[in-house]
Amino acid sequence: MKNIWHFFTGTLMLVSKGSKAYYGWVLVLLTLMAIGAAAYFQQMNEGLIVTNMRDQVSWGFYISNFTFLVGVAAAAVLLVIPAYVYHWKPIKEIAVLGELLAVSAIVMCLLFVTADLGHPERFWHLIPKIGRLNFPQSLLAWDVVVLNTYLILNLTIAVYILYSLYYKRTPNKSFTTPLLLLSIPSAISIHTVTAFLYNGLGARPFWNSSILVPRFLASAFCSGPAFMIIIFFLVRKYTKFRIDDKAIQKVAELIAYAMFVNLLLLGAELFKEYYTASAHLAPVQYLFQGLHGHSALVPWIWTAMVFNITAFFLFLVPDTRRNNVTLMIACILVFVGVYIEKGMGLVIPGFIPDVLHEIYEYSPTGVELLVSVGIWATGLFVFTMLLRVAIPILNGDFHVADDGVGSYIGDQLFLVQQEPEDMAKRDDSGDEYAD
Amino acid sequence: MKTRSLARTMLVLVALLSVQCLSAARSEAARVKEFDRSGKLVVVEKTGADLMPAYNIKNKQPENIYPVPRPPFSEGVFPCSQCHSYMKPNPKRRVLTDYHEEIVLHHAEGQRWCTDCHNLLNRDKLRLVSGELIDFSESYRLCGQCHGDKFRDWKVGVHGKRTGNWNGDKQYLLCVHCHNPHDPKFKPLKPLSPPERPGSARH
Amino acid sequence: MSDNCKCDEHVQHKSRRKVLKSLAAGIGLIALPGREASASVWEEFFQKHFRELSKEELKQVITRLEKKYSQQFGKQVNVKATPPIEGVKYGYGLDLSRCIGCRRCVYACVGENNQSRDPQIHWIRVMQLDKEKGVDLSHAEHYYNPATVPEKGHFYMPVQCQQCEKPPCTKVCPVQATWKENDGIVVIDYNWCIGCRYCMAACPYGARHFNWGKPGLPAKDVNTNTHYLGNRPRPKGVVEKCTFCIQRTREQPGRYPACEEICPVGARKFGNLLDPESEIRYLIENKRVFIFKEDLNTQPKFFYFYAT
Repeated sequence: MKNIWHFFTGTLMLVSKGSKAYYGWVLVLLTLMAIGAAAYFQQMNEGLIVTNMRDQVSWGFYISNFTFLVGVAAAAVLLVIPAYVYHWKPIKEIAVLGELLAVSAIVMCLLFVTADLGHPERFWHLIPKIGRLNFPQSLLAWDVVVLNTYLILNLTIAVYILYSLYYKRTPNKSFTTPLLLLSIPSAISIHTVTAFLYNGLGARPFWNSSILVPRFLASAFCSGPAFMIIIFFLVRKYTKFRIDDKAIQKVAELIAYAMFVNLLLLGAELFKEYYTASAHLAPVQYLFQGLHGHSALVPWIWTAMVFNITAFFLFLVPDTRRNNVTLMIACILVFVGVYIEKGMGLVIPGFIPDVLHEIYEYSPTGVELLVSVGIWATGLFVFTMLLRVAIPILNGDFHVADDGVGSYIGDQLFLVQQEPEDMAKRDDSGDEYAD
Repeated sequence: MKTRSLARTMLVLVALLSVQCLSAARSEAARVKEFDRSGKLVVVEKTGADLMPAYNIKNKQPENIYPVPRPPFSEGVFPCSQCHSYMKPNPKRRVLTDYHEEIVLHHAEGQRWCTDCHNLLNRDKLRLVSGELIDFSESYRLCGQCHGDKFRDWKVGVHGKRTGNWNGDKQYLLCVHCHNPHDPKFKPLKPLSPPERPGSARH
Repeated sequence: MSDNCKCDEHVQHKSRRKVLKSLAAGIGLIALPGREASASVWEEFFQKHFRELSKEELKQVITRLEKKYSQQFGKQVNVKATPPIEGVKYGYGLDLSRCIGCRRCVYACVGENNQSRDPQIHWIRVMQLDKEKGVDLSHAEHYYNPATVPEKGHFYMPVQCQQCEKPPCTKVCPVQATWKENDGIVVIDYNWCIGCRYCMAACPYGARHFNWGKPGLPAKDVNTNTHYLGNRPRPKGVVEKCTFCIQRTREQPGRYPACEEICPVGARKFGNLLDPESEIRYLIENKRVFIFKEDLNTQPKFFYFYAT
């Protein structure tokens, strides 16, 4: 118990130290969080009428972000599988980062759902036994269960590994392995359940397609890892943490496959809708062509299409995949492309036209955007803090002091641009923890 | 005068004949076209009960008492006898004047005139084809002579409207509460305002 | 076995109640200003699910609500919690060959059921459709506003909660804040709803409406005869819908729903589906009837029919 307390105070000490860039970055995030909180306060006061959601389009930007971020969170599994199942060392070193990203993404998911609630203070109605969780009937109840399970699982694994390393112990495999194995199906389950949440509604033909779950998974395996690669580049550039090119290349390759499947499934969906040309074509038409003169999403979805297809080829062609500049571009394209496609592009056409075929064109209000920015800032803040602790631990720069009570902090400056020759140097010490 | 009595005799004859025909149809077998189970069109012989409508309306009340509000007379016209008892009955087709200027018959006017429904000699009563005189509060019986299908639906509350309690006392509206008997086509109404379009509200 | 379960549940409820009570007491202490008002706020916050309230607790809740509404609107507002009538399953019929689209029902419903005037909430939506196309919603016009109705070549289709026998909306609610009662009416506990709006996504009829802002209900317009699960004034941030005028129809004798009562053409029919003598049974058995979006197997108890 004492150890945990010392570890905790040690981390608090650690996160308060850093370079000017670190302070600047955290300050920016805190400012955005404050702005988001203010916007949310206004929403609490006046109600969700400050958004542009209405009865016709009853979910909007918040739920779009939620849906996208579930995908990002699920993608951590793409690192966990090669690392722990196939014991592929280059990725094993970075798998913890994937878990921390998952934790941050789930935090954002939960915040986005909370922001969307009319009565967030009644959250306790969702707690089994105390409230009345409608399990197993409601897919949203399932989502509550799997998201929280996944959050706890990732948090436990990552914190346990880091905690062990801090005290210079080898993490106990008989504790981590079952949890890691469990995290794989639960990563898949958060995305499957979120897809089912839409999928099971007969009222909304746009979502009521059995291909939705595989589409969700495929796109999740694009956006999450793409975000990871972006983070890897940044971490490599601004911290002393070493990340093997081989690991990044492997992840990039996986994105290429996932994007292929994603595009294939999208094509299959489009074929079915357009060739059948039933009444259920309307939402697809709204998204890709516009319907009765309403076409707010059309430029967005085509941007996403161009981004995704371009990125696919950048990932596929070995030359562009191995080139760090084009790889970075591809990752950004995928991230943005999937953000549009699996966010607004998935949620909004479910409501347009609505069940009585009314068309109400939705776009988020300023309040919605500010609250969302605030939540993204919160997520990035959480992620930054987690990395601030995890990276020095993994580097061996942060561990228990020789007296067994205080902390040794070798890395006072976090977020400092590294010298190129420094980057080229491969340092194998200090990163061995799970073998 | 002669033509009128002739017409009346004819009418009674027609009515009698049709009643006869109807009862004949009921007792005799009829050949009916219908689809059999395999979907083929066949002609089958049907008798009596088979030819009756499937649903048997059970009237809990005798035919002539349905609780209705006061008939919607124009103000001051009822009882009719207050004027008509001093006037000579005039069954002739003509443009109506004085108190009935607003009545222009648009109700199968080619075949019908006032005294087909209003009793000629006692204007406070309506008159059925059978010759039976009825009160205005029973006018549904008069309408029902031609509009039998509507009358049937009306009695069970499906045509027209009943007010009151769904599981208790109900009041029927007379046909004439909604349909002007002289011009029964339902008049268009101004619709109440459409809902606000989302996004158009002040916010 | 089932007895055991019941016991367990009872024990659970008891301990849960205890936890909640001590929590309420604890937090209640923190809220210092306006002791009485804040006490009722906390009471409301920790109020149990409607179906878990004991008779006594229900009484307390209703007293609290009546007091709150009466203060809010400056007149006595009554809140009932009349249970379903045994042997009754409500059904509704709407004669499409009669409806002229005059929207009298829409506003009668607003008045009877204390819907928010601003922001505007309507439980009934009337669509103008093309006679040529039939019930093809892609030609639906919701905002028609000619000088008079009906307009040539059109027919009208009012849509409200269809009180499905298999309601997709109750299935998806994560907290069981909405359910189907024994008389077939789908109700919402406005004090339990968390406002996630999953039910609105699930409803194929657009019958559910959300209080996006604080409901604007002028005191002079309040209908003071209310039901807990029906037309009592709602808070912001919860979903609401048609309940077949539960505050009227669950009485004995029970009045017809307000929309039925106002209809100038008698297109609306209401009654007990379990009573073979009812008008609703007659029309189902004798008229051409269809149910809306039949393929979704929601099994509405709202029957569109053609009397002629």
